[in-house]
Amino acid sequence: MIVCALAKHSLRRYLPLGLYVGVRLLKSVIGVGVLTHYGFTSKEYMYYYYYGDALLTICLYFVVLHLFLHVFDEMGAERYLRFGASLLLAGTALFSYLAVHEANNKLMTRFVAEMSQNLYFVGLVLTYVLWGAMLKLRESRTQLVQLVLSLGIHFSAFAANYAVVNLRLHAGILVYLTQLIGIWLPAAWTYTLLRTPADARLVPARLATVVTHR
Amino acid sequence: MIAGLILAASLIALLQFFIFYCRSVIASSSTQVLSVQTRDVTGIVDARVGGDDFDRILELVQLCPERREDRLPIRFIHAYYELLNLLRLTFARMFPDVGAWTERERGGCAYFAAVTLDHRIAFSRNLMAQQMSDHF
Repeated sequence: MIVCALAKHSLRRYLPLGLYVGVRLLKSVIGVGVLTHYGFTSKEYMYYYYYGDALLTICLYFVVLHLFLHVFDEMGAERYLRFGASLLLAGTALFSYLAVHEANNKLMTRFVAEMSQNLYFVGLVLTYVLWGAMLKLRESRTQLVQLVLSLGIHFSAFAANYAVVNLRLHAGILVYLTQLIGIWLPAAWTYTLLRTPADARLVPARLATVVTHR
Repeated sequence: MIAGLILAASLIALLQFFIFYCRSVIASSSTQVLSVQTRDVTGIVDARVGGDDFDRILELVQLCPERREDRLPIRFIHAYYELLNLLRLTFARMFPDVGAWTERERGGCAYFAAVTLDHRIAFSRNLMAQQMSDHF
């Protein structure tokens, strides 16, 4: 994705997206080290997996904020957005602290799955709000529309996935589904940056219209 | 309880985002003009493609060397096409408007497949030209 963004001269425009993918790559490299050192069933690997995932999700909030800034670019709402983001981060930290505080009696795996589910759900709500704002403001940049929608798929799929884990529904397909969802975001962003011209436009309201458009 | 609510809300949101995403990919591909080679291979005369051509064009796409970046979007559009087929077989019989809409969308899916085929043909030609120039 980073190579494609560089080739298409989009890396500066979407820098937080590139940084996120970079951090994700770093996490994978560290993961290989942890896996070979401690093993798949070790406590260390479990800590690395879930807490690394939670940190990546928080990184993804910055990507959402960046996309918010793109959408509200002409309205000069940067100050309010930064304030909102700070509030959100503080809220997430407080929520996580309270969850940790309350989780003393719970199993570790149950607690991290619950926290991840909540983090992804907050991300989903944020993306939904962003998509609503894009529809309202008639944002027409195709690249931006596709980046936001792929982010929405990522958040909702992971939130659903963790909710299934928390509900203890034994779905064997989930193992494969998690892998598919995991590669979705970098693949979708690469496709968008590579295939969609930066100046391409579409009408987002038409995407949400069913049947009535003839 | 909360997990159940989150599951239901996430699945509804996932379906919505999935449909919007597929439609945005189809909309952006609909503005692209097909090359003469692709038109010859697929038999497409103008920009209008029948929804039933999707499977045939997809088979042609799979005959070309695979490109990593379009593998996942093709799967997504294929899933969207199957969802449309399901709608066509169920709701479209009761609501004629839904039938007309699904047919238009299926045509869009087929055009997306043709655009993908176009990219793969161009990629294969470039690859071949590169190999020829390296060889001689």
